[in-house]
Amino acid sequence: MKLNVDECLLKALIVRSVRHWTQIVILAAMTVAFAADVSAQLLINGAGATFPYPIYSKWFYKYSEVDPTVRFNYQSIGSGGGQRQILEGTVDFGASDSPMSDQDLALAPSKILHIPTVAGADVVTYNLPGNPRLNLDGPVIAAIFMGKITKWNDPRIASQNPGAALPNADIGVVHRSDGSGTTYIFTDFLSSVSPEWEKQIGRGTAVNWPVGLGAKGNEGVTGMVKQMASSIGYVELVYALQNKLAFASVKNSSGNYIGPAIESVAAALATATIPDDFRFSMVNAPGADAYPIAGATWLLVYQHQRDPRKGKKTVEFLKWAMKDGERMAPPLDYAPLPTNLVERVRAKIEEIKY
Amino acid sequence: MAMMVLALVVILGLELCRGAGLSLRVFGWRFLGLSHWNPVNNDFGPLPCIVGTFVSSLLGLAIALPLSLATAVYLTELAPGWARRPVITLIEMLASVPSVILGLWGMYVLLPWLAAGPYPVLKRCLGFLPFFQGPVGGGYCVLSAAIMIAIMIVPIITSISREVFRSIPDTQREAAFALGATRWEATRLAVVKSSTRGIFGAAMLGLGRALGETMAVTMVIGNTHGFSASLLAPGSTLASTIASEFDEAVGSLYPSVLYEMGLVLLLVTIVTNILARLLLGAVRGRQHA
Repeated sequence: MKLNVDECLLKALIVRSVRHWTQIVILAAMTVAFAADVSAQLLINGAGATFPYPIYSKWFYKYSEVDPTVRFNYQSIGSGGGQRQILEGTVDFGASDSPMSDQDLALAPSKILHIPTVAGADVVTYNLPGNPRLNLDGPVIAAIFMGKITKWNDPRIASQNPGAALPNADIGVVHRSDGSGTTYIFTDFLSSVSPEWEKQIGRGTAVNWPVGLGAKGNEGVTGMVKQMASSIGYVELVYALQNKLAFASVKNSSGNYIGPAIESVAAALATATIPDDFRFSMVNAPGADAYPIAGATWLLVYQHQRDPRKGKKTVEFLKWAMKDGERMAPPLDYAPLPTNLVERVRAKIEEIKY
Repeated sequence: MAMMVLALVVILGLELCRGAGLSLRVFGWRFLGLSHWNPVNNDFGPLPCIVGTFVSSLLGLAIALPLSLATAVYLTELAPGWARRPVITLIEMLASVPSVILGLWGMYVLLPWLAAGPYPVLKRCLGFLPFFQGPVGGGYCVLSAAIMIAIMIVPIITSISREVFRSIPDTQREAAFALGATRWEATRLAVVKSSTRGIFGAAMLGLGRALGETMAVTMVIGNTHGFSASLLAPGSTLASTIASEFDEAVGSLYPSVLYEMGLVLLLVTIVTNILARLLLGAVRGRQHA
């Protein structure tokens, strides 16, 4: 009898412990399944330029529908940060509005490829009574930003704008206080049209401005220009179009005054000379309809990918971006790459090893 | 806990030193005396920023100190009981306004007003001095930054000097009255004069805050590198340069230089604060005695 009770107790214990173990096993299996599900969605991290952020975030969102097993995480921390982080290897890809220098590329553990994605432009915006559409040429813009032309009714401005009411007022120059791809394109253009600018100031994401006030970001420059009568500044095309700013038509290398627009940037992209490493400048491009203050933006990836899975997914994404992604550019006010360039970029993407 | 705070400061300092390593190796101590700023050629001189930091902070202090002292005297010596509490609350609220909000207000309200009225008048009356020359523009200048700083440090100086004045025993005031002093004389001799050290400590604490003030200053100072004797000319400070240029500092030397400027700023602020604490400590000791 006593034995029987013990037996029952034992049985109950066994049953309970089996049940307990089953629970644990099920839980463990669920955990494994869940973990597998998470790791099935591969996370690829990138960081860099703020200028292409709107189109990149659209690409990554759309691409998650094309390939649900991969998720791209992009942080728009600025071109400088993008270059630093790809060099340090803390991200899987970088992004920059200015090509990396030979000096910085030499610091990289292995070869970094520049993949151009879209192009944009800088507009020269100003605050004048009635905000007339002005015509300006490169040397005049350079002289204004060097403090050599100080009045709006200067004959060098007036001669290009017959009929425009130009006030006898001091020009207030506004530039970026932070380093920026926008500044790179602008100073790249001024260096290419004015030897004096190239010698004294040069091109860069941040330069030694001889005159003017500094403001942070496109919105900072816009705010300052809007608030200060008879001021002049430069902002990127997307920002200017979306905020309906007044801007100038700029004389291109063929002698035509061209207004900034997606079409005129695309025209500049079509005629620009582009070397095989894609580190190109498209300012002052030849072509009758090319807008001269334009520049491309790049994704930075290692040619030899350390992680084969990430490498494979990155290549698939880049191919998709060149095919379907480019079509999303114009609605977001970016100029897409011309087809012949897309072909060259696709060939370069094939060179990525993983 | 206290050790943790100390450790945090040490780690912060070490981290800044690590980041600044390249810049320290390239420039050495010469760095502090360099004044040319051209990122294109890797030319970096923080001297204009250091000067800008001190000029804007000291000028801000010069504006804030009389205001704060007058407020503190009013609150401890003159104000009727019912007025005291609301005024103190208002001043404390001013201290809690985020500096970016003050900066926005400065940019869109204060600056257009200053540029339209007071600055041209200042230029017309005192334009013969080198401090008030050059175009007014939109009002983005060192003087505007000093005014923003003054607004931000008035609360801290006021509340500390109020505490210092309160620590003066009433017997001292009564002694002054007994000697036939008027109210003004009693306040001046018995209260303000014997609080000199405490006031100095309060001012130094305010200066500590002023030196590191970033956002509001960045928004109104105009952000240019270079010297100008004129207070109506744009400039930059250590903090404003770091804030506006770090994000997009390309290459390896540029960010390192900004780290070193951070290190300089940290050291200056710590020294200022330690001095302030020492002076205030002496006052508090008297209070307890």
